[in-house]
Amino acid sequence: MAETTTETTKNAPLLAADGTPLRRKLEQALFVSRMRALGLVAPLLAFILAVFIIPIVYFMIQGMHNPVYADRMPNSTPILQAWDGQSPVTEEMAEAMVKDLILTRDNREIGRVATRVNQEFSGARSMFTSSARKAERMEPPFLEALVDADKDWGKQEVWRAIKVAATSWTPAYYLAALDFQYAGDGSITRQDAERRIHVALFVRTMEISLIVTISCFVLGYPVAWLLAELPVRKANLLMILVLLPFWTSILVRTTAWIAMLQGQGVMNDLMVFTGLNQVILQISMLFNDYKDLTVSSLCGIDVNAALGSIPAAVEKFGASPPGTLTRCGAEILAAFEQGGESGARSHAEALAASAQRWGYGDERFSMIYNKLGTIIAMTHILLPFMILPLYSVMKTVPPSYLRAAKSMGATNWTAFWRVYFPQTIPGIGAGALLVFILAIGYYITPALVGGQDGQMISNFIDFHMRRSLNWSLAAALGGVLLIIVLFFYWLYDRIVGIDNMKLG
Amino acid sequence: MKLKNVLIGAVSAIALAGAAQAAGQITVVSWGGAYSKSQVEAYHKPFIAKTGVQIISEDYNGGLAEVKAQVEAGNVTWDIVDVELSDAVRGCDEGLLEPIDKSILTAAPDGTPAEDDFIEGTLTECAVATIVWSTIYAYDKSKLPSGPTTMADFFDLAKFPGKRGLRKTPKANLEFALIADGVPASEVYDVLSTDEGVDRAFAKLDQIKSEVVWWEAGAQPPQLLADGEVVMTTAYNGRVFNAVAAENKPFEIVWDGQVWDLDLWVIPKGAPNKDLALDFLAFSTETEQLAAQASWISYGPARKSSAPLVGSYATKPDLDMGPQMPTAPENFKNALQNDFEFWADNQDELNERFNAWLAQ
Amino acid sequence: MSGLPPYASTGERVWYYSFRVICGLIFIFLITPILVVLPLSFNAQPYFSFTNEMLTFQEGAFSTRWYWDILENGMANPSATEGWWADVWQNAQWVRAVKNSFFIGIFATLIATALGTLAAIGLSRSEMPFSKVIMSILISPMIIPLVITGASMFSFFSLDFNPANWVVEGDQPPEDRWQLAFTYGGLILAHAALGTPFVIITVTATLASFDQSLVRAAQSMGADPVRTFFKVQMPLILPGVISGALFAFITSFDEVVVVLQMATAEQRTIPRQMFSGIREQISPTILAVATILVIISIALLATVEMLRRRSEKLRGMSPQ
Repeated sequence: MAETTTETTKNAPLLAADGTPLRRKLEQALFVSRMRALGLVAPLLAFILAVFIIPIVYFMIQGMHNPVYADRMPNSTPILQAWDGQSPVTEEMAEAMVKDLILTRDNREIGRVATRVNQEFSGARSMFTSSARKAERMEPPFLEALVDADKDWGKQEVWRAIKVAATSWTPAYYLAALDFQYAGDGSITRQDAERRIHVALFVRTMEISLIVTISCFVLGYPVAWLLAELPVRKANLLMILVLLPFWTSILVRTTAWIAMLQGQGVMNDLMVFTGLNQVILQISMLFNDYKDLTVSSLCGIDVNAALGSIPAAVEKFGASPPGTLTRCGAEILAAFEQGGESGARSHAEALAASAQRWGYGDERFSMIYNKLGTIIAMTHILLPFMILPLYSVMKTVPPSYLRAAKSMGATNWTAFWRVYFPQTIPGIGAGALLVFILAIGYYITPALVGGQDGQMISNFIDFHMRRSLNWSLAAALGGVLLIIVLFFYWLYDRIVGIDNMKLG
Repeated sequence: MKLKNVLIGAVSAIALAGAAQAAGQITVVSWGGAYSKSQVEAYHKPFIAKTGVQIISEDYNGGLAEVKAQVEAGNVTWDIVDVELSDAVRGCDEGLLEPIDKSILTAAPDGTPAEDDFIEGTLTECAVATIVWSTIYAYDKSKLPSGPTTMADFFDLAKFPGKRGLRKTPKANLEFALIADGVPASEVYDVLSTDEGVDRAFAKLDQIKSEVVWWEAGAQPPQLLADGEVVMTTAYNGRVFNAVAAENKPFEIVWDGQVWDLDLWVIPKGAPNKDLALDFLAFSTETEQLAAQASWISYGPARKSSAPLVGSYATKPDLDMGPQMPTAPENFKNALQNDFEFWADNQDELNERFNAWLAQ
Repeated sequence: MSGLPPYASTGERVWYYSFRVICGLIFIFLITPILVVLPLSFNAQPYFSFTNEMLTFQEGAFSTRWYWDILENGMANPSATEGWWADVWQNAQWVRAVKNSFFIGIFATLIATALGTLAAIGLSRSEMPFSKVIMSILISPMIIPLVITGASMFSFFSLDFNPANWVVEGDQPPEDRWQLAFTYGGLILAHAALGTPFVIITVTATLASFDQSLVRAAQSMGADPVRTFFKVQMPLILPGVISGALFAFITSFDEVVVVLQMATAEQRTIPRQMFSGIREQISPTILAVATILVIISIALLATVEMLRRRSEKLRGMSPQ
């Protein structure tokens, strides 16, 4: 045995107790434990693939594949697909079209086909439905009969649009998601200026996400720093203030922000009470027209009422319950008691004139149902996702580093900027990327408080899913969004590592 | 052990949900708020009392999208839906709705057959109308005592500064814009059928775009007015009436340029409880029920025989409902009927244009 | 920064206090909106804002009517004296929503926790192949925008999974559709998928500090893998599993986008009901519901914190 052992160290492989080579035995053991590990993961992996990944792939394919026309118009589809889009429309095409119109009219599928073609050429809906009604009675030559029914049948670009609809596999939707138009002859042009919408929406979505990310960083960094520096007991107490919003329903927080920010809401009440609204008004007047900012001025409403009819206004002011009369209302009432109707009118005019320069004093700002409201509410909702990773990184930075830097003569700022800050960059990366990724696909908050200019791309995907029912366009828009999100997910993995994700 | 308890609880919850179904139930979909309440009072409650059928009441914001989604996905969960006329016609064309046999409708108390008793144009292949309603605009009288009187005033920011509320759809808004721009009500759809007309309407809307707060649900406009978010807003006339009558709000309706329309019951193709839904449809469109609804909200009943039965507001005997109706002669002077054919044909295109316009 | 040394200069003092004030303001920003809903939910008026009467604490300015409204909404006969609670249980919209939320949430949590815990154990084994790729797939439900998830699941779950209908022969009438859209099963599967990333993250975090030699010790003393798992590993990672389960539950409990796409009127959950409440008719009832939800989230938060500390104690780590 001793001899063989010395031999094997040089030539033959090491053998295990049962005589198999040790390397293979180890490989086998490793293989078994690998399979065992994989076996533990397999159920979830299969589950996620079945209910999550495959549905997404299926959905994305719908952005390229729409068989609505081809499935229902069996006669015209092959002929249109064979047509080059340039040569004149033939009688054969028209005849197939009439046959299909009769067919879909009978089985009540015409509406769906018409809707599909309408996506390519606005106005096709009525052209198809009205022609289908007459199709039964049409006689050759069919092209002329069609043109008689609706003159649009005589236009070549209409037939090109139908050709696009008849092609099941089409890049039209993905191109439309980027504001390009795809015509039947294969040409790609930019969408008309008044119909361009999606690129601007993607840009706005990125812009809002970026602003939210920066706001979260600006608000989150000091808080995380404070939490990391405070003694454990105090930090744990304050941590509750961060975690409570984290655990509270998004719907609750969005509702709360409506109550906070609306015209008669808490923030506006506070600003009117403290006079802060006037400060903001004056500052904003320096830069632009303040009218965009204000939602209402209660004083202004009273002055306006007085300028309309003094007796009616005075009656209303006089009847107001105590404590509800505005300052302007009270002043006009007083002026009326002193100088009668003309006194009240001149005071109202004076108030209106001074308001031109200084505002009425109780201006209320539009802070909700617009982009500002969306940004504020989203910042609040996503802030914990910034604070938590920052905090866990800052906990690992020894406080002695800062002291060491200072003892060597660095100013507070230098010590922070050159020593502390660089060590927290991994936390900033983790927090910022997470917030940005979550923000870019956000739906609920913009849907509820976004108004007109706070809508994001998710809201449009939902619009096309549930309202306009153009699922293929929804899928194409979703595909573009997915690519953007996956890019940042990849970036997150490269910079932070997915396994470093932490909660709470 | 705990897990077991949880499971038992969950299973019994399903069993309970199942028990409710056994008695028979239908899902009735309508527009929510004061309007749904009027239906609950006038239709649902007597129907439940009479038949014992459970009613699940769901709110939506109009449009065919959800019906279409359900029919196309092959799983219809709604049994009966309250829609506008253009959607009733379009949905019928697209095969989304069940055709309705008018013989199930009950005759008027005096024996007039249902087909003669319903106002002309309120029965279509797939739909039975219940009410005549109107889109108008309203303002808070306590804030604007010398209030606006014409449609042009709504678009006049110089005369009446402040925010405006508009429904987030091109429907009715384009008509309002043209009327405000001086187009007589009778010519609105002729003008709107041309590209220049559409441009003209959007150009008019552009004048107030920066001041608009968009609403989607019928319950929102009275809320916007009450909260002072807007100085005037378009709204469904019944909702404004309800805020005035039930909540004593100082709101005033401007009837000039009102766009009136019908609301109809339709049954989605493949509705799970079609027979019960038909029972409900026939019951709710009886003379008595339609008249009862008009005492809860100021929408005109679709049956001629209901009109004489309409009295005063349900909780205020001295508030006569007659002058509150969109069809009252005083209110009807410059009225425009929503052209369902125009909208059935152009909805997609104008929606697209409208969305792009909104996003710009 | 903790504590100010006695020799601090004026500048340092100013910085020290202003930093604290800034942090205080940020904490106010975080917590005020959540606290504001509490008093507003007791508003006697149907408004979303404080009335003058409320600010001066006048009698009659406060009421609990919106809490009763939660129960009465949708009831067949709220003024009846007999069978009132049965009516609530059967018909009230919010009660239905609560039942749905718990039903869907509990089953989704069970699936997510069982599958997620197993997968986390597998993933934290050093010999796990392709662990990075698999991890990024398993975490993706948390990252992919919910609108895409909801739309994808809706369009996929609308398909007919009954094999009898796949090949249609002649005029044979179609068999029953087997589809998941608009069913409780579909919602449960969707929410389970959304919850698993949270289970994986919390359980792997617990396992990271788990001493693998304990497993080897148990096995060397003759315990089989199953016994080792339940007797050694499970008790130690249990706090992580429970807090993962709570995360999964709250994910389902709070989820509205997928429910918007895939649920029927009967299957409305609490957030779905709130969503239409905010969109269609803003009434203080929403605030009353919000207040109750805030109280629930405080309870959940307290549970998770307790578990975290317990787990740290168990594993001999100093409490942070």
